[in-house]
Amino acid sequence: EVDLEERLHELDLRSDSDIPDVPPPTDSTPEILKRALSGLSARWKNWWIRGILSLAMISGFFLIIYLGSFMLMLLVLSIQVKCYHEIITIGYRVYHSYDLPWFRSLSWYFLLCVNYFFYGETVADYFATFVQRREQLQFLIRYHRFISFALYLTGFCMFVLSLVKKHYRLQFYMFAWTHVTLLITVTQSHLVIQNLFEGMIWFLVPISSVICNDITAYIFGFFFGRTPLIKLSPKKTWEGFIGGFFSTVVFGFIFSYFLAQHQYFVCPVEYNSETNRFVTECEPSELFQMKKYSVPPLFQAVLGWETVNMYPFQMHSFALSTFASLIGPFGGFFASGFKRAFKIKDFADTIPGHGGIMDRFDCQYLMATFVHVYITSFIRGPNPSKLLKQLLILQPEQQLSVYKTLKSHLVEKGILQPSLRG
Amino acid sequence: LQESESENKLDGETASDSEGKSDFGGSSAVPTSDDTPEVLNRALSNLSSRWKNWWVRGILTLAMITFFFIIIYLGPMVLMTIVMCVQIKCFHEIITIGYNVYHSYDLPWFRTLSWYFLLCVNYFFYGETVTDYFFTLVQREEPLRILSKYHRFISFALYLTGFCMFVLSLVKKHYRLQFYMFGWTHVTLLIVVTQSHLIIHNLFEGMIWFIVPISCVICNDIMAYMFGFFFGRTPLIKLSPKKTWEGFIGGFFSTVLFGLLLSYVMSGYRCFTCPVEFNNDTNSFTVDCEPSELFQLQEYNIPVVLQSVLGWKTVRMYPFQIHSIALSTFASLIGPFGGFFASGFKRAFKIKDFANTIPGHGGIMDRFDCQYLMATFVNVYIASFIRGPNPSKLIQQFLTLRPDQQLHIFNTLKAHLVDRGVLGSLEDA
Repeated sequence: EVDLEERLHELDLRSDSDIPDVPPPTDSTPEILKRALSGLSARWKNWWIRGILSLAMISGFFLIIYLGSFMLMLLVLSIQVKCYHEIITIGYRVYHSYDLPWFRSLSWYFLLCVNYFFYGETVADYFATFVQRREQLQFLIRYHRFISFALYLTGFCMFVLSLVKKHYRLQFYMFAWTHVTLLITVTQSHLVIQNLFEGMIWFLVPISSVICNDITAYIFGFFFGRTPLIKLSPKKTWEGFIGGFFSTVVFGFIFSYFLAQHQYFVCPVEYNSETNRFVTECEPSELFQMKKYSVPPLFQAVLGWETVNMYPFQMHSFALSTFASLIGPFGGFFASGFKRAFKIKDFADTIPGHGGIMDRFDCQYLMATFVHVYITSFIRGPNPSKLLKQLLILQPEQQLSVYKTLKSHLVEKGILQPSLRG
Repeated sequence: LQESESENKLDGETASDSEGKSDFGGSSAVPTSDDTPEVLNRALSNLSSRWKNWWVRGILTLAMITFFFIIIYLGPMVLMTIVMCVQIKCFHEIITIGYNVYHSYDLPWFRTLSWYFLLCVNYFFYGETVTDYFFTLVQREEPLRILSKYHRFISFALYLTGFCMFVLSLVKKHYRLQFYMFGWTHVTLLIVVTQSHLIIHNLFEGMIWFIVPISCVICNDIMAYMFGFFFGRTPLIKLSPKKTWEGFIGGFFSTVLFGLLLSYVMSGYRCFTCPVEFNNDTNSFTVDCEPSELFQLQEYNIPVVLQSVLGWKTVRMYPFQIHSIALSTFASLIGPFGGFFASGFKRAFKIKDFANTIPGHGGIMDRFDCQYLMATFVNVYIASFIRGPNPSKLIQQFLTLRPDQQLHIFNTLKAHLVDRGVLGSLEDA
């Protein structure tokens, strides 16, 4: 029986042995843990290692939050680079392409280009006052798209010039692999940073909801799991899925309640050019001011209250938690399918007991985009300061015509009093 | 004849790319059926095979160029439709190659999913860009207004549906294949759809920004071929053995000259230089405006070096012609890299042409491979050097802000204008 996979192996590349073997389970558990747990059986040992590492990661997360927005940005950037590295390394292993000319340099070069482009487009807005003061930076900002495009083109031309007779197909595969990976990892990380600038709560609540869903689905599955959910991931069960959903919604609700009270989490992050630091200080928007909501009659009997004081943000947290529990796991299934397709157990061995960084972040994949789209659609429109910046670089006659249009609109809406003259 | 000989040599080389299986090489190649219409076949039956090929290519080239002129005459709406059709055909050609490479016709769902993703991405792009131009029309109709307001959310939801369908369609023995096709679809979308939308952006800027770049690439193609045919000696790059340095350099100079002449002729007509606008009253596209300073004749001093050659001291030119030099240079020097990329791709997957749509030329993608980078370059060029962001898009974004934000921006703009002296004491606070 020659199934399609076999034929594909023949078609694909050099020899039949191009499927990488499942990497030998390199045990990267630190010695300390090994000694401490040497007494337990293998199953519980694994459970303990995973548990300890989970706690370590969560503590690390809290520490970084305490250290502030700038550290968080650096963390996001490091994770992006590591995820990119992990996926590209898998590509190398699948295609045995370590010896391809130029390709490692080109992959990192493209990563640099795309990051340069995104950081220039988004982060520069926030550093507007800082940039205005320096001449060279102004030049870079004004011609930013052109410079990014020129950098990308250089990489593209280098790729074309590096095509070698016997390796065309391989090189095209790696080129496509690189681009798809960039599309996934770099856009996500930039959306995460944009959410962060909106207010740390928009960064913390989604990520925590996904982590909570992961953990509670695992726990519910562990204790109550019986009906398998999907063929792709045999360990997932419907009980875990549903239990995780309800726990995550409750968790999101409670967590938002606590975070919404502190300006540090709620205010948009701004860059203060005098102190050269990020500040989060503002008048909290109406999303974060307590309101009275009438409890629907259905719940009145259950809860015994007629009205409840809630932050409007908590209503939004329902949407975020629901997405994290119902659609987020599809990102995990996608990654599972990917690992099965390329016959690997984990993306890498970075975290003992958990696998690579990508293994932890596969469900976050879709969450960041959702939060960003949600914010721009339902919470606020485009960024006013960015709009202002674009208005100011128009030609004077265009500015004048825009001014007139805006004025007539504002007068029509009654926001601006009509002038007595002209 | 030379071309087919070198092609055969490559097929013979069972490089590490191929798997040494001759049946694979044969089965993946696009079947070479002779698409030439009967009329032409009879007319050219006397000539030798080499000249016959030359004549077929020549006639088809003229046919395509004539078709191009007709479309331009018919106006922006038809142009947009043609760009859309070309995009769909290119997508179809590349996806079909993927199917052939991976023998994946029998994959569950996959054909449907590819077309669905194409629809989603087009919906997203058209919603983002085209609605700016149809702004007043959109604001008037309630359903359109809602679609426009929540556009990103709707597009994302549509895309997610496709993504989840893909995950649910993963079948045990075909994981790898399905992931390959998923990746293939996305890269194709990235290439094909973004390019076509940038072309439409350029078109709305003014038809001259659409016609001059495309014509320069076509001219470079033809001129490089002619120069190579008559003078070609030194090979340019291993990837495309037919290209020569003589063709490359000759094509470069001819294209720059051609660009200058074409821009001169076109800059005189409003229908080419004015931005395309949608007139709500007549519900059609209009091109009517006061030509910007780019399209007004100016005196330029000729550098001393050229004065002796040309015999003039000053010359009257449109500023746009200076820009056309940049466009032609890009079309001649960097544009060919798009062609080399496509050649490498065809070699990698052992196909002669992308498809057999045009007799003598191959598929639509074969004709458009050099255009690939040009559209992006023109768009980036316009955004960087010609004008800033689109004012009507800014107005649209402004209207979605909250009143207090609107007031703040209005006052800042006013202060800025007063500061610049653009706004005098005409307006009262």
